[in-house]
Amino acid sequence: MQNHQNRPQKRKTKNRQMFKQAAWFLTPSLLLLLIFFIGPIIMTLFFSFTNLSLTGVAAQNIQFVGFQNFVQLFKDPKFFSSFKNTLIFLLFSGIIGQQVLGFLLAVLMKNKHKAFRKIVGGTVMAGWVTPELIVAIIFVSFLHDGGTLNRFMAGLQLQPISWLFTFPMVSVVVANIWQGSALSMLMFQSALDGIPNDIEDAAKIDGATAWQRMWKITIPMIKSTIFTNLVIITLSTLGVFTLLYTMTGGGPSGATSTLPVLMYEQAFVNYQLGYGTAISLIILGIGIILSLGYIRLLKTED
Amino acid sequence: MKNKKTSSALAYIVLTLIAIIFVIPLLWVFVASFDANATQVLKMPEHFTLTNYQEVITDRGNQQAFLNGLFLSGGQTILVVLFSLLAAYPLSRFPLKNKQKLLMTILFMTSLPITAVMVPVYQLFTFFNLTDSLVGTLLFLTASSLPFGIWMMKNFMDGVPIELEESAWIDGASKLSTLYKVIVPLMKSGMYTVAIFTFIGSWGNFFVPYILLSSPKKLPASVTLFQFFGQYGYAAYGQLAAYSVLYMLPTFILYYFSQNHMSKGFNMGGAAKG
Repeated sequence: MQNHQNRPQKRKTKNRQMFKQAAWFLTPSLLLLLIFFIGPIIMTLFFSFTNLSLTGVAAQNIQFVGFQNFVQLFKDPKFFSSFKNTLIFLLFSGIIGQQVLGFLLAVLMKNKHKAFRKIVGGTVMAGWVTPELIVAIIFVSFLHDGGTLNRFMAGLQLQPISWLFTFPMVSVVVANIWQGSALSMLMFQSALDGIPNDIEDAAKIDGATAWQRMWKITIPMIKSTIFTNLVIITLSTLGVFTLLYTMTGGGPSGATSTLPVLMYEQAFVNYQLGYGTAISLIILGIGIILSLGYIRLLKTED
Repeated sequence: MKNKKTSSALAYIVLTLIAIIFVIPLLWVFVASFDANATQVLKMPEHFTLTNYQEVITDRGNQQAFLNGLFLSGGQTILVVLFSLLAAYPLSRFPLKNKQKLLMTILFMTSLPITAVMVPVYQLFTFFNLTDSLVGTLLFLTASSLPFGIWMMKNFMDGVPIELEESAWIDGASKLSTLYKVIVPLMKSGMYTVAIFTFIGSWGNFFVPYILLSSPKKLPASVTLFQFFGQYGYAAYGQLAAYSVLYMLPTFILYYFSQNHMSKGFNMGGAAKG
């Protein structure tokens, strides 16, 4: 503290030295991020305005095509249905499903028997630990015409349903909630544990109902967790590809094709890389807009 | 008082139901893997068997696939922990000028969907002649989880009091040796957390190797299992289940043995953030 009033010269050299050291520590990470992360993002911006293709003439001879990819996108009915599917999947499996179920689990588990918490928490965590591909495999079996769910429904004298064909979006939404709720549960648990008990006790003595305590005390106190969770869920759900691709392949007839699935098809099945990157850019754009929107929302609430 | 009891009982019932609903889809894969006549339905095996496992394990291609997966995920985990530990140090300890901006950028990168950069990454790989290269794939995977690793590591490090290091500096220890001797032992939970998150994410990653690798010899288990699912998934349910269980096993074991570290790490991270 004294240093920085008395000896500016020495502080300057010390600063430079520190900066040099910091650079050394940061070099391996920055290098990798620059080449494999930031580079490709800049390439996304660039390639989405070209006719880049995996094969044919355009593979050798990249041309700048302006907004042509985007014009093509907005004319493509597949793009609109994928866009819509992305938002539906995001809303129901992520924002509503995982967030609400995770919160519900955390609230219900508060102050419960420790062993019980461990078992329930463990089953929910199992979903999170399970690789996406396995989630797809077990849910394809579970929802299959001859699968466990239909067998169970038959036991209740209900007609069997071809879930993956009749309700494909519901099926993938359920699978994604199954996999992702654990993270919300963990985040909310640690946030709820941070609320001092005496605040709730005081409210109880004042005669506040459980519902009032929830809306007036608990939720305002964990607002920053809710926000962080929303952003994390939104961006991770937006990028879901494996679950959809391996569970339904985006079908039947595009019913579960989201933007990542469409991007994959255009870029790697139809070999239209430029068109594919244009879709990538839209995915990134949605993510950025929603994140900024959440920040805005949180600020105006304060 | 009575009201409180009923609401508590209700909570126990609801939680038990949720737990049962959560466990049933998963139970199938374990039971079916030991069933000689497995179908898609969860049922008690009439003929208990280990043949499903035997056939998956003795297959040469499968062994190779697991080794490839281990190379990619193990390598990625080591590199991410090492690099993010180094990067977190100045971010946590030095009063750098544009630190806040840098940290916000890292946080922002944490959340970008990797899916969205895969097309240009593929292009980058063709440009550098890296397609179908395990090392190239490893480096990309490392880069993709570095922002998250650095962010977590920095938060954990913030929780380690700086006073201990200051006395080490006075004793003339270098920054690197202080990091190794003073900080690392105190943030083991944090490092395990980053390692587990990275490994689980990497082992489960299907999309990246699916795009960047192509020769059958180099594919990790996630991709070969998907191919198996596509080819035999609707016939050999027992084998599919056994393959799935074997593939899930590393993440489950890892998670089980490190639960304590994880929750400690999670609390540490949460506390540091707030």
